[in-house]
Amino acid sequence: MMETLHSPLPLYAVTVSLLAALLIGFSGRKPNLREFWTVSAAVVKFLLILGMLLPVLQGKVIEYSLFSVVPGLEIRFKVDALGIFFGVTASFLWIITSFYSIGYVRALKEHAQTRYFICFAVALSATMGVAFSANMFTTFIFYEIITFCTFPLVAHKQTAEAFSGARRYLTYLLGTSIAFQLAALFLVYFTAGSLDFAAQGILAGTGSKTLLTVIFVLFIAGITKAAMMPFHSWLPAAMVAPTPVSALLHAVAVVKTGVFVVVRVVLHIFGVDLLAELGLGTALAYFASFTIIAASIIALRQDNLKALLAYSTVGQLSYIILGAALLTPAAIMGSVMHIVLHAAGKITLFFTAGAIYVAAHKTKVSELGGIGRKMPFTMIAFSVGALSMIGVPPLGGFISKWYLTLGAREAGQMPIVAVIVVSTILNACYFLPIIHAAFFKEPSPPGGHGEGHSHKAWPWEKTRYDEAPILMVCALCLTALVTLILFFAPSVFFDLAKMIAEG
Amino acid sequence: MSEHLPILVVLIPLFCALLIFLAGVFQKRAAWAIASLATFLAFAASVKLLALATAGGRISYRLGGWEPPWGIEYVVDYLSGYVLTIISFIAFMIAVFSRDYVKKQVGLDREVNFYAIYLLLITGLLGMIVTGDIFNLYVFLEIASLAGYALVAVGKKKGAIVASYNYLILGTIGAVFVLLGIGHLYMVTGTLNMADLRGLLPGLYHSKVVLTAFAFFVIGFGLKFALFPLHTWLLSAHSLAPSAVSSILAAAVLKVNVYALIRVMFTVYTPEFIYNVVPLAEIFFIIAPVAILAGSIMAIAQTNIKRMLAYSSIGQIGYITLGLALANETALTGSLIHILNHALMKGGLFLIAGCIIYQTDIYDISRLKGMGRKMPVTMAAFTICGLSMIGVPLTVGFISKWYLALGVLEAGRWYFIPLILVSSLLTAVYFWRVIEWAYFHKAASEEALPGRKIAEAPVLMLIPIGIIALFCLIFGTAAFIPEEFARRAAEFLLGGI
Repeated sequence: MMETLHSPLPLYAVTVSLLAALLIGFSGRKPNLREFWTVSAAVVKFLLILGMLLPVLQGKVIEYSLFSVVPGLEIRFKVDALGIFFGVTASFLWIITSFYSIGYVRALKEHAQTRYFICFAVALSATMGVAFSANMFTTFIFYEIITFCTFPLVAHKQTAEAFSGARRYLTYLLGTSIAFQLAALFLVYFTAGSLDFAAQGILAGTGSKTLLTVIFVLFIAGITKAAMMPFHSWLPAAMVAPTPVSALLHAVAVVKTGVFVVVRVVLHIFGVDLLAELGLGTALAYFASFTIIAASIIALRQDNLKALLAYSTVGQLSYIILGAALLTPAAIMGSVMHIVLHAAGKITLFFTAGAIYVAAHKTKVSELGGIGRKMPFTMIAFSVGALSMIGVPPLGGFISKWYLTLGAREAGQMPIVAVIVVSTILNACYFLPIIHAAFFKEPSPPGGHGEGHSHKAWPWEKTRYDEAPILMVCALCLTALVTLILFFAPSVFFDLAKMIAEG
Repeated sequence: MSEHLPILVVLIPLFCALLIFLAGVFQKRAAWAIASLATFLAFAASVKLLALATAGGRISYRLGGWEPPWGIEYVVDYLSGYVLTIISFIAFMIAVFSRDYVKKQVGLDREVNFYAIYLLLITGLLGMIVTGDIFNLYVFLEIASLAGYALVAVGKKKGAIVASYNYLILGTIGAVFVLLGIGHLYMVTGTLNMADLRGLLPGLYHSKVVLTAFAFFVIGFGLKFALFPLHTWLLSAHSLAPSAVSSILAAAVLKVNVYALIRVMFTVYTPEFIYNVVPLAEIFFIIAPVAILAGSIMAIAQTNIKRMLAYSSIGQIGYITLGLALANETALTGSLIHILNHALMKGGLFLIAGCIIYQTDIYDISRLKGMGRKMPVTMAAFTICGLSMIGVPLTVGFISKWYLALGVLEAGRWYFIPLILVSSLLTAVYFWRVIEWAYFHKAASEEALPGRKIAEAPVLMLIPIGIIALFCLIFGTAAFIPEEFARRAAEFLLGGI
């Protein structure tokens, strides 16, 4: 029996950035003070979560009940291995992203910076809320808060394009969560009489096979943040957001919230045994496989760097779902490990995309020829991130693919192994040419892209570095380093993943 | 003193209405103060009554000391206590709001009349709630209706008179139906006391007269609360009346008429009758979804903010009737919470529209761009009420949808779940549109209003909308408070007296 600690720490971890959002709002006139709040909230949040990590590693669970809205609908926090895993990942990357954001918005002299930092802080609060929810109701609330508070971030540029992207974002996320996820909540509460997460799920033996299948389909269709096809197109549309937003939110916080909730539903609402009995795991696995392959193929054809990364994210997220859907311990480990490994790799890639945009005002893959000579740190970090996405050792991405493959074999699903192999090849096909072009190709001739800075005569012949602001370069090198470290020392995450897989 | 509260709650506004006429001769400014005080006292009395009814059960008050069923009886039970508190609270909020609003939008010369008629309206509504005598119910219904017609006509907006006339014609037809229903019942039972009728009627359930009477009640009250397809008067009446009046019409008048139907359905007739003898549920199962969908879709098509809100009311009434038809405690709880919920939200939204119109004369929602910066308090309240309309968790709108949805499943009619969800999405479309324009678009209204700086409305207008918006959040998070009252009322209605 697991030991339960009662402590308000999870509540503090959620609210610290909410408090910061207020302080940021009040110090809008003093940018340095404002950024101080962002950074300190990020650090305090991370420390609070570290404080919870130790007891969780010892096999304890931290619980805290806030209040009941009505009988049966309780706002309650519970920190278990899965929650802390996601919490550590997101809060650590928030610290790095904070510095990167500061560099980015200042270099580009963005408008509405206060609103930007407020929304960012609230988004992180809500992400922690999802991570530490004890039941589906609490999860749903924070899930919706994330949607609402990231809308201003996606619409940040306030151009017609930004609005159309943001509206699509909201339509997909809010629309499906109300239409399907809420319906699933109604049905779960009606059949099981509870929305609490439990180690073996709460639905076993409650409803007919058809009903449970309907609930499962509603959940999967309703958790659109996981960007499963056919509900994925909000993610490329959200790329109109400033790059730090794409980096933290659309590679880590928002989309990982999606897959995290899917994993929660699979493990703690349905339970592995029930899904295996219903045969729904396999169905989901094939569905995810389709997304993996299709997204990779679409990514091949993208010329906009951020769009390419977005489609790559769509594919990679489905790895996590695939792992959970295979329902074997090794696959679940791979799935959970991929949450942090993909996060570290993808955030690096987005950081580099932002750095390239700030330093060279380039957004297209075809313009990146020779850029490695001008921005060596950035492009080395890019290569590290890209290779990790492909799954090349000694980079983090290898670990999760290894376990996923093991899990697929355990489950006796050889076609899934093939999917992983094909997807790896496709990943290599769209990432390697960029690395090759960046380091070995000549830059596209000045004037080729007409207006702007081309006539500024880049000093290509001289190897003068022309990197983005130092805050940004440091941030992206750090995340690249993390990707590397995670391969050699994944121990904490590894232990947590083991705990999750063993239930 | 407290044993006379059931009658005081009606008498206070009635006497104050007369007092306003008298005081108006000497001091016009007193009108607002008296109206606010009267509605506040009515609210305080309602809270006390609710507390008494919760603690000690049904309170019966004999008017003039006459024993029922011969004399008129006033009854405060879980249901009437709950509705009484909601309605008197909203009435108080709107009275406070009206001070600055009425001066400008109605005119100084009509100020005294406005408050006097307003209090008569409140008298009628509160009377309808507490009375236990069905003919007395009709009397109060007429008082409230006549006051309502006058208030719609009081505005300066073109077309208000015609709207009021339409409302008068259809409202009167509705009232006549109710009167015919009462007459039929009196014909076969010889009594007008509701509790007495309930005891006498079951033996007569298959009498054509009793059945006809029930049909008359449903149609009569249905006309009054704009049950689809009897809603046509509502659009122009609610959108052309001054906003304070639209607010009381939507938040209180509709609700009290719904309440009156509920009272007749469950305490004059019995649940057994309405669910098993007559096909009321089957009819509502068709009408309610159409109302919900049509109301939401038409609301999306509107550009005038008040028409948008008016159409949305039709859909919201659909929710309440759906809950009534489902015949289980959970759904009925949902319906009753939705009465509170819609009173707060729609009452609040019309007042907010009033603030905007008061300051800018803008009716067209596309001209609200950039309003979030200029009227931050107003638009924040709009956002909260709007989110509550959509049914976002932690707002009271979510709670009523939650109970309705669970009630739908309990009744085994799962196919209404998509209806509830789709209508939430449609609601999201028409509210999010305004929220996005207000906050994320640059103002185009500067050119439209040259030389005028848009600022917040006067503070006495902001306080009521702030309080209402706050209650949307409080009752959404601490939802066990309204849930407790609504569930007790639902238990009482379904369990019998």
